[in-house]
Amino acid sequence: MPDVQALVNMFLNKLKKRKIEGSQATAKQTAELLRSVISQQRVPRTNQAGALIDAVRAIGEQLIVANPIELAVGNIVRRVLHIIREEDLSLTTAAVAELNLSTVSDDDDDDGGGGDQDDRPVLSAAAVAAAARNTLRPPSLQMLLEGAPDFVAVPRSSSSGGDSEGKSKSMDRNSRTRKLKHDIIEAVNELIQDITTCHELIAEQAVEHIHQNEVILTLGSSKTVLEFLCAAKEKKRSFRVFVAEGAPRYQGHLLAKELVARGLQTTLITDSAVFAMISRVNMVIVGSHAVMANGGVIAPVGMNMVALAAQKHAVPFVVLAGSHKLCPLYPHNPEVLLNELRSPSELLDFGEFSDCLDFGSGDGSPLLHVVNPTFDYVPPKAVSLFITDTGGHNPSYMYRLIADYYSADDLVVQRRHAAGN
Amino acid sequence: MGAQKKGSSRVSEDAEELARNPLQAILLADSFATKFRPITLERPKVLLPLVNVPMIDYTLAWLESAGVEEVFIFCCAHSRQVMDYLESSGWHKQPNFTVAMIESNNSISAGDALRLIYERNVIHGDFVLVSGDTVSNMSLTHAVKEHKERRKKDNNAVMTMVIKKSKPSPVIHQSRLGTDELFMAIDPDTNQLLCYEERGEHPRGAISLENSLLADNPSISLHNDKQDCYIDICSQEVLSLFTDNFDYQHLRRHFVKGLLVDDIMGYKIFTHEIHSSYAARIDNYRSYDTISKDIIQRWTYPFVPDVRFSANCTTKLEREGMYKAPEIQQSRSAHIGPFTVIGKGTRIGDDSRITHSVIGEGCTIGSNVSIVGSYIWNNVTIEDGCELRHAIVCDGVIIKAAATLEPGVVLSFKVVIGREFVVPAYSKVSLFQQPTAQDSDEELEYADSSSGAIDPSIADAGNKLNGDIVSESSQMQDWSTSQLGPGGAGFIWSACDGGCEEEWRHSVAPIPTDKLAKALLAIEEDLEIVKVSDSALTPSGELEPGSDDDDSDNMDDSNVDTVDFEKEAEATFLRAAQDNIAVDDLILEMNSLRLSYNKSAGDCTGALFYPMMKLALESPHNTAVELQKNVASVVSKWHKLFEVLAKEVDDQIELIMKFEEMCLESTKEFAPIFSQILYLLYEREIIGEEAILRWDDERKDADESDRVFVKQSEKFIQWLREADEEED
Repeated sequence: MPDVQALVNMFLNKLKKRKIEGSQATAKQTAELLRSVISQQRVPRTNQAGALIDAVRAIGEQLIVANPIELAVGNIVRRVLHIIREEDLSLTTAAVAELNLSTVSDDDDDDGGGGDQDDRPVLSAAAVAAAARNTLRPPSLQMLLEGAPDFVAVPRSSSSGGDSEGKSKSMDRNSRTRKLKHDIIEAVNELIQDITTCHELIAEQAVEHIHQNEVILTLGSSKTVLEFLCAAKEKKRSFRVFVAEGAPRYQGHLLAKELVARGLQTTLITDSAVFAMISRVNMVIVGSHAVMANGGVIAPVGMNMVALAAQKHAVPFVVLAGSHKLCPLYPHNPEVLLNELRSPSELLDFGEFSDCLDFGSGDGSPLLHVVNPTFDYVPPKAVSLFITDTGGHNPSYMYRLIADYYSADDLVVQRRHAAGN
Repeated sequence: MGAQKKGSSRVSEDAEELARNPLQAILLADSFATKFRPITLERPKVLLPLVNVPMIDYTLAWLESAGVEEVFIFCCAHSRQVMDYLESSGWHKQPNFTVAMIESNNSISAGDALRLIYERNVIHGDFVLVSGDTVSNMSLTHAVKEHKERRKKDNNAVMTMVIKKSKPSPVIHQSRLGTDELFMAIDPDTNQLLCYEERGEHPRGAISLENSLLADNPSISLHNDKQDCYIDICSQEVLSLFTDNFDYQHLRRHFVKGLLVDDIMGYKIFTHEIHSSYAARIDNYRSYDTISKDIIQRWTYPFVPDVRFSANCTTKLEREGMYKAPEIQQSRSAHIGPFTVIGKGTRIGDDSRITHSVIGEGCTIGSNVSIVGSYIWNNVTIEDGCELRHAIVCDGVIIKAAATLEPGVVLSFKVVIGREFVVPAYSKVSLFQQPTAQDSDEELEYADSSSGAIDPSIADAGNKLNGDIVSESSQMQDWSTSQLGPGGAGFIWSACDGGCEEEWRHSVAPIPTDKLAKALLAIEEDLEIVKVSDSALTPSGELEPGSDDDDSDNMDDSNVDTVDFEKEAEATFLRAAQDNIAVDDLILEMNSLRLSYNKSAGDCTGALFYPMMKLALESPHNTAVELQKNVASVVSKWHKLFEVLAKEVDDQIELIMKFEEMCLESTKEFAPIFSQILYLLYEREIIGEEAILRWDDERKDADESDRVFVKQSEKFIQWLREADEEED
């Protein structure tokens, strides 16, 4: 456990100091951290899923608070919680099916085939209830059960009356413990795999969207967009790309460099020239920071301006987003911090303006104030299409997608913490 | 050459060693100064809250994020408090970041501290030297790499100093951080520091560069717009240098200047300028104010209130740069303005207005309170109707109803301000009496600060204050006759040691406009002086050696000197005339004066002739004839003086010309009798025949106006020439 705590602390530190950039890297590292948390977590015999959920949630709370602006952290925490619930459910149903099967085999001798059909749902419902009780059992009871014969074995022992059979059942139970953990880790591995390969999955769809001799506009730099454009290029599509530089961080410059290195015809423009150029553009393709439950997008600053220009000229505005960017929260949620104000030194040189920031003169309040927000919010009506690793979706469909990935119980991870604070 | 090789091989070994060694840092958790008194009597400076986070947390968080792995915290005054704080905070538990304490009870300066650390032998390579009041977000990797590369090439490059561009105020000659304007001479190619001068040491605003500096370096750039960040990347040698030179106390004043002046060992200091990142040190109250505002404006990102970089609580950034912690009870009618930070659990009453301020945790602010530009620490109670402008209010202070704090007030811990009391501007209030032994001498200040730290009575009182409130309430009785209004508790410290009129420079309050206006006037006067002395140096221009700047400087000097010399000579002569001093003595005196000013005999005669003639003019006379008689008597009295001083023909010509000038300008009375006096001088053998003739020759080609006196004495000259010929 101590090494997990050290890992958690290190990651917390990185998040707090804003040392991890980009939602993909954050998402991947969060998932990896939670995987090691799960694998190191000792699970009790009963209520394993509950113990795992508590452990993940406790760490998830810390992670979310460490950097509330990076929504990918919360997303992954919720995804992992969802995975635990799903795996537990599927194992329980599998166990119930097994139980059913054995009861059926037991009953086969007593009852006729007709009663069989009626009996099964009744029995299975009882078993589910037992299983549910099983998972909800407090640990104190579990201590009592240590010496006693297995809970599930009790009704069975009355029917078959074999002590050796009860033992074999508890063995089976241990293996089930390991199986749950194993399954969860498998599923988390899949999640990590998904996060790493989301670029490729999105890029595969490029040919369907980018056509010959089109002009594509993008803003700032996004790895997803780069891969997407290059995938189209590899499929022998010839098109031109306009890159808005993305002040004040000018990541568009880097993107332009990369695109040229891959042999794409690229034009670099200032952010303010977007409106002038938009009439020549066939499609706007941009990356995002997060996609909210209502289909709104949190994206690098300047994006709303591009979206408005595209809307005005009826140019399709396409947002690329890996599934880890889907956030189950709504933008009006007070817990969602929509923006991060970075250092003004990205905008102007402190030395040159130091005389404007001299608080010694005047009435002591600075006349110059420099604001450097990182993100913009693009409302859902400005977005034409989302392309995720599962395909293209309408903004109004986002809530449905989110329901697939998250369970409703986990939406409040953060709020609970805030209330506790 | 052999030695050089040996040195270089050692360097490469060192480099390997350095690669293995983790980056170390020395953090001085004691400023060895008294600028933050009286607050620092009770709590060390590094633990004072800066935007609700202790200063040392900013420094440690920055060192941690900049890749420093081992920090040695040196503490002296209040070392117990610093250690307790570090124990309670999470800094000991950080992965890849070890914090070790070095405690001392008798160090009185940074020099002592470094000597002690050298003795402990804990530093194994290059290290970063900072003080515990540094706020920065710069990345050290680049600077350290630069330093190491320089070290490989030149073993004498012992230190890299981090600087940042920041324009000083042209009016009051101090930086925005309240420190004195700083002049630096830097080699633009190598970034080597060549000269480091603070304006405070040169009140006339002029710095002098040594000639050798200009001769040795092909180019130099002079800067007055660089701010010293007090972040130094040092090699191990720095510690041993401090040990070798046991009189080094101050890092800049002694160590840096010592190295720059000393050319025997040849140690070099380099600079590293940072552009986009932030670095500054809290040196006085003004920099406390400035850096707080920089933090609120997010120049120090990611070390800003809404990012949890230390144990600080979650704070949310709202519109207009307003930071709010949770659990704030704020009245609906209270107005909280822009750039304000409000700490956890603070209560704010009706109709209160707060702008540009920082409020700590657990404060209670009543109704109709106005707070502007103030720093209010934790658990402060401000009752209804108070007014606070640009003040610092420490923990546990109680300000009773309708009291007023004028700009620049500092209230130390647990002070109580009585009802409707007005605390005058720039006053500092503490529960402690002001220490009586005050001296403006810097060295004594060091001693003073350390004695304050170990003085048992003060330490005891401090403990008592930190202890239970019950004992304190009994203490309250003593304040019945307080200087702070009814129910007040505390002493107002009299305006500080030394520069009390300079208080406005370093306080949290903005500089009053009248002071600015005065400073502006002074500048205009300065400019006139500059015009006279015609300085060719631009503040940050580059100078090429071999240009004639040196000569022009000399010219300036001689101009000033001539005026001085003439005045001095005149005074000497008049004194001699009054006191009837013998001519021989005067000659002696004049000679020494002449030598000390490095003047020729000609200058001397000219300077003496004028007062002599004036003496004649001042004695009563009615007609030109009487005046002539006066002159004759004066000349007869002093002729020996000129005989000795004006031996050479050139000097005598000089004398005639001076006389001519006088007749034209200052003493026109002599104009009609010029020739007579000339004859008189000839007769007394002050002026020789040859001199007169040559003067005549020189004037031959001159303008008609210049020849007035030549014409007047035409007959005399004619007579001289004839006499000459006859002799032949």
